[in-house]
Amino acid sequence: MTTKTLDAKGLNCPLPILKTKQTLSGMAGGDTLEVLCTDPGSVEDFQAFCRATGNELLEQGRAGEAYRYVIERRA
Amino acid sequence: MTNAKSMSLMVTKGTLDWAYPPFIISTTAASMDVDVTMFFTFYGIGLLKKDLDLTVTTLGNSAMEMPMMGGHMKMPNMASMVPGMTGLTTMMMKNLIKKKGVASIPELREAAQLSNVRLIACQMSMDLFEYKKSDMIDGIEFAGAATYVEGALNSDVNLYI
Repeated sequence: MTTKTLDAKGLNCPLPILKTKQTLSGMAGGDTLEVLCTDPGSVEDFQAFCRATGNELLEQGRAGEAYRYVIERRA
Repeated sequence: MTNAKSMSLMVTKGTLDWAYPPFIISTTAASMDVDVTMFFTFYGIGLLKKDLDLTVTTLGNSAMEMPMMGGHMKMPNMASMVPGMTGLTTMMMKNLIKKKGVASIPELREAAQLSNVRLIACQMSMDLFEYKKSDMIDGIEFAGAATYVEGALNSDVNLYI
């Protein structure tokens, strides 16, 4: 099990999602990815992304100014 | 594809502003495991050229207003008659895009190709506007309306942009 962090701060829609998908593709099932971004639209978007792709949104919240998500890659 | 859903987009416009909706939706859908096909026809076909020189104009775009000094500046239709105005509005838009961390169109187009979005250039538009295959980026298909319709019939979502 590995954990990675993706810094997508400063990027606007749809780049945080595209980069998240790209990063998850290189990970194994059960690995977790922490994503940091500043796009306010990401709050709804990461939930939708996870619902549609079957990856699990373990945590969501704030990390200072940024939005923080922790996603577990589906098997 | 785990989602087993599919989407088709008919892309008919080739300006800088109208290039965004189809490429944003297609790349996002692909990242959500949707099978995506984009069919580029008429002015949309310019979005597949190797050399992109996209512009945005105020003409016929009366809703266009640009953020400026904390407010918004309306961009009058008439302004487009001034020589160099299209270059100016294009430059303003590109500066905004960069400042706000919005992806460029070449970047999104590359992302679409990397995520296996199927890009189809309308052969009739190629003939009509006298484009050569060598004018276009690699990795695209050339086909006609029947190919689009067949794909659309099997798609869960069809968008005309």
